[in-house]
Amino acid sequence: MRTVSPRPRGRRAGFDGLGLRRGLPDRMLPFLVAAMAFLAALAIAGWFGAASLSRHWRDGAGSALTVQVPDPDLPAVNDAGAAGRTRLAAVLAELARTPGVASARALPRDELANLLRPWLGEAAEQPALPLPAVVAVRMAGADADTARARTALSSVAPGTLVEDHGVWVGRLSVLAASLRACAAIAAVMVAAVAAAVIAVAARAGVAARREAIEIVHGLGATDAYIAGRFARRASWLAGLGGLLGATAALPMLLTLAVLAAPFAGGQGQAGQQPMAELALSAGDIARVMPGGLWVMLPALPLCAAAIGYITAYTTVRRWLRRLP
Amino acid sequence: MIRFESVGLSYQAAGGARVTPHGTSSRGGWSEPRAGPEVLHDIDFTLPAGVFRWLLGPSGAGKTSLLRLMYLAERPSRGRLTLLGIRVDTAPRKALPAIRRRIGFVFQDFRLLPHLPIFDNVALPLRLAGRPEDQIRADVTELLGWVGLARRTGARPAELSGGEQQRVAIARAVIARPNLLLADEPTGNLDDTQAERLMRLFQELNRLGTTVVVATHNEALVARHPGAALRLDHGRLTGHG
Repeated sequence: MRTVSPRPRGRRAGFDGLGLRRGLPDRMLPFLVAAMAFLAALAIAGWFGAASLSRHWRDGAGSALTVQVPDPDLPAVNDAGAAGRTRLAAVLAELARTPGVASARALPRDELANLLRPWLGEAAEQPALPLPAVVAVRMAGADADTARARTALSSVAPGTLVEDHGVWVGRLSVLAASLRACAAIAAVMVAAVAAAVIAVAARAGVAARREAIEIVHGLGATDAYIAGRFARRASWLAGLGGLLGATAALPMLLTLAVLAAPFAGGQGQAGQQPMAELALSAGDIARVMPGGLWVMLPALPLCAAAIGYITAYTTVRRWLRRLP
Repeated sequence: MIRFESVGLSYQAAGGARVTPHGTSSRGGWSEPRAGPEVLHDIDFTLPAGVFRWLLGPSGAGKTSLLRLMYLAERPSRGRLTLLGIRVDTAPRKALPAIRRRIGFVFQDFRLLPHLPIFDNVALPLRLAGRPEDQIRADVTELLGWVGLARRTGARPAELSGGEQQRVAIARAVIARPNLLLADEPTGNLDDTQAERLMRLFQELNRLGTTVVVATHNEALVARHPGAALRLDHGRLTGHG
């Protein structure tokens, strides 16, 4: 009598001992999973988009202040520096001394006129009203303390207005964080629904191949062998569905990325052109898509395959416990 | 060695299932099972390794149920059952597949896998045992030649006659040279010549050390090959010897 290997396995590649090509047919499951993968891709893209916008706002506008100095040419008060300085000069000097200020630049008169031209027309060159000087300040980080600068400026130039963009950026960041959370929940829900669909398919497959399972079980197949066969089949079908879904989502994600580029600091020009005129090179596409998406999209079929394998394996093993 | 000690068997049925000795035809298959009426009562006997036994009795006596216990399609509801030297009533479930691979069986209804060619049906026990493919090919080809189906290796079971399917089932049962060979009416679909060849195969395997138990109604076959018998009636063992 020949010895018997303790761990059974079907050796021939593609050997379908349980008839799973009929038990888990390749018609419905891949398309259902493809739909789930498509939705998951959109949710993940939403997550990356919200993260990208949030980061851009925080790094850009979040670290900016706008300081308006009324009567910029009048002498400063309480000026501990050189006597006779104008209010604007005192404000700039104070800003230069303030910790956390990376740069402070007074807008030249012609630049200020350009800003007003849409409203005042040519009168912007010589406005009838006295205009404040405007100083664009960039802080070292979004979290830099602006209160100290505000106090110091008021002391040398009373009436100076400091507009902190960070307040708005903070609110937008909260909104973006909420969007990210919603996208993550949507992705998890889609994964759960995909797992449920695969579990139902595995149950239907078990019901359809019950006699074959009982015969193979009676011949000495282990639960791991039988469940593994189902899991491999489900994994292949789910992975195929994931690939279809991710591929279908790619053109839509690219379009959204191009449209969102100006808001995220990417290819601004591309975003300002009509879609019909867009002729993106591979390099452009690589730039407008958030980097994480290039990892997540290929990972989608792998995740679908893993969900398929784990779900089918556990579902079938649970059923097999009914057999002696 | 096979030993039954006060063994009783009740089939477990899923809710609303019909209970048969060939299994349960449950409606859903996922609900919790419940115990049915006892079909075997207080079975006591011992078969030393390497013996041949007929299993005789009228229809409904419990022959198929006894065989189901012996190929581990069921575990006893009570009593102690030792198969091939292992206490299977208390053995962990994960230990049973290895025992099943040492048991060959021939069903009355063949129980071939309809989607597989007969070559793959016969090869299945060897594949489950992890044998190399070239050895499987040689062994299966030789055995299918012996049962007269060398030219039908690619045929599906549905393309074969009842007798041919029976021969495939027999080939599958013996391909792995089991320690215990069980057969339920194995000659029911065979002509006399094939039945005699089958009996010679059983006797040859028995001579090589395989324990063989054959359940049959065929009195003529038993008369031609007289031997010790287990006799059942109404789920009770009424004779052994």
